[in-house]
Amino acid sequence: MPTLQLDPTTEMIKNQQLYHEMGLTDEEYARVQTILGRDPNYTETGLFAVMWSEHCSYKTSKPLLRRFPTSGPHVLQGPGEGAGIVDIGDEQAVVFKIESHNHPSAIEPYQGAATGVGGIIRDVFSMGARPIALLNSLRFGDLNVPRVRYLFEQVVAGIAGYGNCIGIPTVGGEVNFDPCYNGNPLVNAMCVGLLNHADIKVGRAHGVGNTVMYVGASTGRDGIHGATFASEELTEQSDEKRPAVQVGDPFMEKLLLEACLEVIHSEALVGIQDMGAAGLTSSASEMAAKAGVGLEMNLDLVPQRETGMTPYEMMLSESQERMLLVVKKGREDEIQAIFEKWGLHAVSIGEVIEEKRFRLLHKGEVAADVPVLSLTDEAPVYQMPSKEPESFRENQAEEAWVPSDLNIKKTLFNLIKNPNIASKEWVYEQYDHMVQTNTVVAPGSDAAVLRIRGTKKALAMTTDCNAKYLSLDPELGGKIAVAEAARNVVCSGARPLAITDNLNFGNPQNPEVFWQMEKAVDGMSEACHALSTPVIGGNVSLYNETSGKAIDPTPVVGMVGLIEDVAHITTSQFKNVDDFIYVIGEAGEDFGASAVQLLMTGRAFGQAPSLDLEVEVSRQGRLLEAIQKGLITSAHDLAEGGLAVALSESVMGTGLGADVTLADSQIVVELFSETQSRFLVSVKKEDSKAFETLFTEAKLIGKVTQEARLVVNEGLTTVLNVPSLELEQTWKGAIPCYLSNGIEN
Amino acid sequence: MFHAIKEGIGQEVEYVWHAEKSLEGFDAIMIPGGFSYGDYLRTGAIARFSNIMPAIMEAAKAGKPILGVCNGFQILLEAGLLPGAMRRNQHLSFICRPEVLKVVNTNTMFSSAFEEGETITIPIAHGEGNYYCDEKTLEELKKENRIVFEYETNPNGSISDIAGITNKEGNVLGMMPHPERAADSLLGNTDGLKLFQSILKHWSDTHANVTA
Repeated sequence: MPTLQLDPTTEMIKNQQLYHEMGLTDEEYARVQTILGRDPNYTETGLFAVMWSEHCSYKTSKPLLRRFPTSGPHVLQGPGEGAGIVDIGDEQAVVFKIESHNHPSAIEPYQGAATGVGGIIRDVFSMGARPIALLNSLRFGDLNVPRVRYLFEQVVAGIAGYGNCIGIPTVGGEVNFDPCYNGNPLVNAMCVGLLNHADIKVGRAHGVGNTVMYVGASTGRDGIHGATFASEELTEQSDEKRPAVQVGDPFMEKLLLEACLEVIHSEALVGIQDMGAAGLTSSASEMAAKAGVGLEMNLDLVPQRETGMTPYEMMLSESQERMLLVVKKGREDEIQAIFEKWGLHAVSIGEVIEEKRFRLLHKGEVAADVPVLSLTDEAPVYQMPSKEPESFRENQAEEAWVPSDLNIKKTLFNLIKNPNIASKEWVYEQYDHMVQTNTVVAPGSDAAVLRIRGTKKALAMTTDCNAKYLSLDPELGGKIAVAEAARNVVCSGARPLAITDNLNFGNPQNPEVFWQMEKAVDGMSEACHALSTPVIGGNVSLYNETSGKAIDPTPVVGMVGLIEDVAHITTSQFKNVDDFIYVIGEAGEDFGASAVQLLMTGRAFGQAPSLDLEVEVSRQGRLLEAIQKGLITSAHDLAEGGLAVALSESVMGTGLGADVTLADSQIVVELFSETQSRFLVSVKKEDSKAFETLFTEAKLIGKVTQEARLVVNEGLTTVLNVPSLELEQTWKGAIPCYLSNGIEN
Repeated sequence: MFHAIKEGIGQEVEYVWHAEKSLEGFDAIMIPGGFSYGDYLRTGAIARFSNIMPAIMEAAKAGKPILGVCNGFQILLEAGLLPGAMRRNQHLSFICRPEVLKVVNTNTMFSSAFEEGETITIPIAHGEGNYYCDEKTLEELKKENRIVFEYETNPNGSISDIAGITNKEGNVLGMMPHPERAADSLLGNTDGLKLFQSILKHWSDTHANVTA
């Protein structure tokens, strides 16, 4: 006897308001009734619930996303497809996108993180690109909390497990710890791919009569309602949603990747899209909507992992490693043959129809029949109310805080063993960051660099966001996030091309959270304009709260830059004895939300460091010029912890030292301020004149030394004199020490 | 691996699909790293049944150089071409970083270009590289001088710091570190090139003998 499984009836959904549980409001349900001219059945209610979730529809963030600059002469594909595409010359292009898997990772960290990686890889190869690199941006709570350590260890293991197995190097990213993420970690994964212009594929279902094909893993009951789950706050009950977290199969994905990259060369292929959030529902309806057609699918033909699956379950399943293809009628065999070679089955499950309907058949009956566009383009959009929080005004009114009575050596050591600044070696050593043998600059420098085989070119890539700045001033912090990403890319010798963003915020129904979103987007947009780095795609993750408390606004910026010639590749470490060390940019009393403020007072307050975009653009432009002229031997941006930390990072691992003299009497400001748009560079003595002509505002502060010590003098007085090795051991040892002891060391 | 052969030592190289049955016409066989069959079940345990494996066994018997790196080494162990087995790394996590190796035997077709006792830096990238064999086998490996590379600082718990071993005949080398990742100056390390040059030199020598 097959198990008898009865869906709730149309009446039950209406009368018992079951649509609430599925994520629809009363107004939204009424809207569905109007669209259909009748009450929706269970499957249809599910389709609307999932497609109108924030995760799929961006219903509250859409009005903000429209403010981003998204075009540019080099942008071949902006937001709206699997991933954005940017021209890099020679008929080649780079494809990249970042996406969050925050909620699944909070519940089941290993699989949550692993499938986050899997999903973003599919977004990239579904565009016809070969994935060449993975990055990530991770946020966890206080490492003293055992559950946080568990989440941290398992997320890293999950990312490693998937990325290593599929053979795509995980080359960079960031990891940050703050109590605001205690119950709601952020796991944002980014993938970068390369393709030839001729191979660009998009998710469109053109051509009435063409065949819809399903390929990859079969559909199970995993991940049902994942998109809706991602659009809710986490509560104590969230653990019960564990079944909503999917399980990854990286080897299946490897097969799928190789097969799809072969299939894109086939004339028989019309369109291809990954089945990601909202699985079959979103991939199929989006492909139809974009092509202005309809789709009819026979769900009996969908490969199923379990028996007795209902249309609702099949349509909402988020089983991983599945792709949807539209193929020219009569040429299905050609596509099947390619997948067969890789041990995969491509199955015809439906066809493109003229009528713009999304129609699902199951066991001889119509299981759902709704207008295609009502699921996609016509999903509701809300303009949420926004309100400036009082804390913002209070912080703006605060007098500038400047640390006093500070022991320089002790402060520096406390900073470099702070897990936010400490070496992330423990993390990236678990990632195969070298596979494919293109990684020229491995994790640990300002940006990762990968050469493009067969050319002189290389790509620099990074992810950045200092959420503490945003917590004080989301607009300024948003600007800084973009500017800092660009600094990292420029310091590596690259011209910034574009960004992908992952907007992680709290509940948008809270006007103060929505205000943060608005301001952050405005700030990012302004910086993107100024730096000529349009937004080519990204992701929004809202409802990042635990028990009513929102995370700090965390709009993560993923940036890719182009290095014209591998000879320009630059890293942050000092290279040669006697090279001159310069600081570009004056230090000011900028300590709001600085690492030193957090260290000494335990909180962020006052004003975040100000940013002059004109100065930023000018300095970045000239620094890149200096690098391209071969004048720079190392370049590092000043970020958390200021010059003191930057100097330490530039000597660590080199076996060299530095001897610098800061004449200014305000030594603490000089060393620890987080004034923006500043760089630490080293220059060969013979190039110093040329460099100084280009950078009249650069200050010569000292030299790289043979003796492996970091020496800092204030005028004639030595204020710091420590072995480079001691710095390095402290910096590298901090995170492993936290994990083994679980206490502050 | 492909590029280390093609660009690193400038030799002709081709991929062979796992479902093929013949390796005719090839002078040396490289089984690269990776995650064959996702490492599901046990590393190398499924790949060892690939259609191409009998041809590899045959080539081994014929004395052709066979190099297995990382997953390639694991497959060679599973196939019985090399003795011993792999366990998970001692600290259980995947490790990817350059390691210092000591070349302890330069008297093989894979290591003749190195100096005896030379230390080289070669990246590792594995989760199951903790080599194990019983005492008798270890005695044999030592007595027959079949340990080619040893870790200077043991990263994974391998018995006797073993990083790479050969078969009795010396024509099959398995090693966990990746010499092909240290074969390109742009990537900052060419210590692995000598391994490929050794294979080439062996071929030239034996080829010269045949034609002489």
